[in-house]
Amino acid sequence: MIYLQLFWVYFKIGLFGFGGGYAMLSLIQHEVVDKHAWLTDTQFTDIVAISQMTPGPVGINSATYIGYVASGNVWGSALATFSVCLPSFILMLLVSHLLMKYKQNRWVEAVFSALRPAIVGLIAAAALTLMNNQNFPDYKSIIICVGAFVIVKYFKVHPILMIIMAGVIGFFFLHPKNDPTVPLVNDKDINIENYTTLLEPIRDGIIGFDAFFN
Amino acid sequence: MSERLKKYLDLFFVFFKIGAFTFGGGWAMISIIEKEVVDKKRWVEKEEFIDAIAVSQSLPGILAVNISIYTGHKLYKLPGAVVATLGTILPSFIMILAIALFFTSIYDKPDVVAVFRGIRPAVVALILIPVFSTAKAAKINITNVWIPIAGALLIWLLGVSPVYIILGAAAFGIFRKLFR
Repeated sequence: MIYLQLFWVYFKIGLFGFGGGYAMLSLIQHEVVDKHAWLTDTQFTDIVAISQMTPGPVGINSATYIGYVASGNVWGSALATFSVCLPSFILMLLVSHLLMKYKQNRWVEAVFSALRPAIVGLIAAAALTLMNNQNFPDYKSIIICVGAFVIVKYFKVHPILMIIMAGVIGFFFLHPKNDPTVPLVNDKDINIENYTTLLEPIRDGIIGFDAFFN
Repeated sequence: MSERLKKYLDLFFVFFKIGAFTFGGGWAMISIIEKEVVDKKRWVEKEEFIDAIAVSQSLPGILAVNISIYTGHKLYKLPGAVVATLGTILPSFIMILAIALFFTSIYDKPDVVAVFRGIRPAVVALILIPVFSTAKAAKINITNVWIPIAGALLIWLLGVSPVYIILGAAAFGIFRKLFR
């Protein structure tokens, strides 16, 4: 009953995956590698690397890939992808409905007046976390980052056009054949341990939750 | 083509574009969503956009999917939410399926690595930009600027989960209202 398992595993990942993206990885790893053994550790590291090089949310990417590998066909992919979105649908529709209804409520306003500045901090934290050796191996990458910031923010270049330009610049100026000293794939980059700390309490909670049902 | 179908197609293609060009997950998406949904289409006000991020981040699930559901639902109720979400996830779905079916390793090809050495630092810029654009809409001033700074430092330096920052900020909002 691989389909039922896929549905349940990805529904759980969607339901308990707070913090999005890479924060979800430890949870996904626990379910698909440790518990169900659909993937080996190496395969899992591969899917993280592939996720970084393909567009879209890592949660969706992993669901699509693992759904295919676990079931051996496209329906497994579709089912896992659907299941990971399902809890979001239920919760987001409920909450955005309530939010629209009670928008004028003074307590709701009080909460959001403090939440909004905190969200700015959350976005800043996401950027700070990515300012590491992996994304900035040399001065050229710093120039790209500053250049990208300026043309999008001040010259109103569309972010999508900027991404394409950055890719072209990378291809011509940062090609590995020009600097063979830098390793092709940096293992540190795709080390899952980097992402596990955030969600440790929630993951432990799920392991307990599983034990309760099994 | 009926008006209705046209509206759904428009919504679908905006989110398809967002899904197809977002590298580096939900936060990198914010810039593109802001450009398309707030600046160009004016489907959502900037302040409301921050609220949508707050709700999307407070609830479990994938940030980009949550924001798509919020925007789609706001425009055309449940069908809108479904259409926007399909738009966001289809590009990844197609791409990953192609990779799973045809090639298992693209990431160690030198040409691919080269392209991504350019894209990665650019993505960091893409995440930095909404920090400044949302700061204005979030009405940040001298009395509350400590909130984003403390939040960012707690997450970045101490590895505190963003979930706790959101809970803490919400509790502070209620507390401030009680004692004012």
